[in-house]
Amino acid sequence: MLERRFSKKGSLSSIARLLCIAFVLLFFWWLMVFLTDVPSFILPAPQMVFIKLWQLKALLFSHLLVTLFEIVGGLLLGVLLGFIFAINMQLFYSVRLWLLPILLFSQAVPVFALAPILVLWLGYGMFSKVVMAAIIIFFPVLMTCFDGLRHTPIGYLDLAKTMNVKTWQVVLRIRFPAALPVIASGLRMAVVVAPIGAIIGEWVGSGAGLGYYMLHSNARMQVAEMFAALILLAGLSIGLYYITDLVLKRLIPWNQEQR
Amino acid sequence: MSSLSTFCIEASLRYSGRSIPIYTKLRMQLPKNTFTCLLGESGCGKTSLLRQIAGFNDDVSSSEFVVTDDNKEPSLIDLSSQVAYMAQQDLLMPWMNVLDNVLLSDDLSRPLFHKKTSTQYEKREQALLLLARLGVAEAAYHKPNQLSGGMRQRVALARTLIQDKPIVLMDEPFAALDAFNRYKLQDLAAQMLADKTVVLVTHDAQEALRLGEQILLFPNVEKKPNEGREAFQFIKPRLPNTTIPRAINAELGLYQAQLLEHMGVVSC
Repeated sequence: MLERRFSKKGSLSSIARLLCIAFVLLFFWWLMVFLTDVPSFILPAPQMVFIKLWQLKALLFSHLLVTLFEIVGGLLLGVLLGFIFAINMQLFYSVRLWLLPILLFSQAVPVFALAPILVLWLGYGMFSKVVMAAIIIFFPVLMTCFDGLRHTPIGYLDLAKTMNVKTWQVVLRIRFPAALPVIASGLRMAVVVAPIGAIIGEWVGSGAGLGYYMLHSNARMQVAEMFAALILLAGLSIGLYYITDLVLKRLIPWNQEQR
Repeated sequence: MSSLSTFCIEASLRYSGRSIPIYTKLRMQLPKNTFTCLLGESGCGKTSLLRQIAGFNDDVSSSEFVVTDDNKEPSLIDLSSQVAYMAQQDLLMPWMNVLDNVLLSDDLSRPLFHKKTSTQYEKREQALLLLARLGVAEAAYHKPNQLSGGMRQRVALARTLIQDKPIVLMDEPFAALDAFNRYKLQDLAAQMLADKTVVLVTHDAQEALRLGEQILLFPNVEKKPNEGREAFQFIKPRLPNTTIPRAINAELGLYQAQLLEHMGVVSC
């Protein structure tokens, strides 16, 4: 009864499936270009994009690093702030009462509309993009975390009560770990959404990054370069998602029972 | 506290949104170091009473709960720091291994970042010893979801025992187990809780007879319509004068038949 078999089935086939999907999409892309004969400044053929990708790999990689840093920085900042706010909302009822309307109001302002202001305040550098990405993921992280903290199984809380545990200890040591499966779904969402914030920030004003490069290429009608950056960006997002997913599954193994 | 011989409890409880109280001025005595079984069908209020003793704030509109000392002059007693609790679900934290789960109360009473003290190592040794006595020593470093139901409940029992509180409250702790494990765990619980004041809630007459040095029987819900239940008191059925855990034999069977008749399950 002690051993539990962990099936590794599906981990390799999921990569194979991903490649398969990519190939089918690329094929249809190529087929469309081949059949309709669109000019390459409207839709370049996939092989042209991949040639550009190879030719400009050093330049694209340096831009990729900038965007990656912005996304990861934004994720860390947003998740940290989300956790801190959620935990305080759970701990202090008055914080919950006063903060929730403010947070809702802040969500009513489109994040995209904030981008120019943030660039104005925080400059052309990476920091304004980090903040953009953090703002865009803050709310989903906060709400999933808070929701998870509130729905701790009542039995755990009863048990803690008979152990005379302090409220903040209950929140940090019981409610928070018990909420991890719920929080994990919020984090998965955040990883997918965070690149949007970084790219919007780069579009509004920046000197480096994949978003900057795309805008730059677009202005010069270098559509193949644009597509190369786009593919890199998509790859980056997918990669980040899968890494996060893997880490979360390792950290929260008890949640895998419900498959 | 050591001078205490008997806890005398008088309890009233009404849930909010209900016009009729669950019980009013219900009196019970818990002699020190005895095993008391609260027996009754579901919905009779036995779990409510246990939760009230444990000090859980449920959604109640009016609740009175008085504990007095039987010794000399009655004085109010606060039970909240003297109670250990064991539920039907094992309530093991899935992110901790078995040993950490056993040491939960000790661990939670410490600050977030702390050095291991010598008393903590002692506790650890004690926990491992307890797990060995309960037959789950080899699982000490496993995660709860790697264990069977019977093993998980043994770990929960170890977690209850290590707190070393004078009062142990058990809410149908063996109800979700298979017959074999239930029997085994009843034996273990009776042995290891011999020096505690135990209140065990159950709907199983046999379990109550195996473990109870005192059985407090809730009156039948159907026989007593709601108006009549307002001021009910416990029925105290006669018990065999053998020591617990009582073996299941013909004599116990007779007592069980009587008890079931009391409960209105069997009519003669």
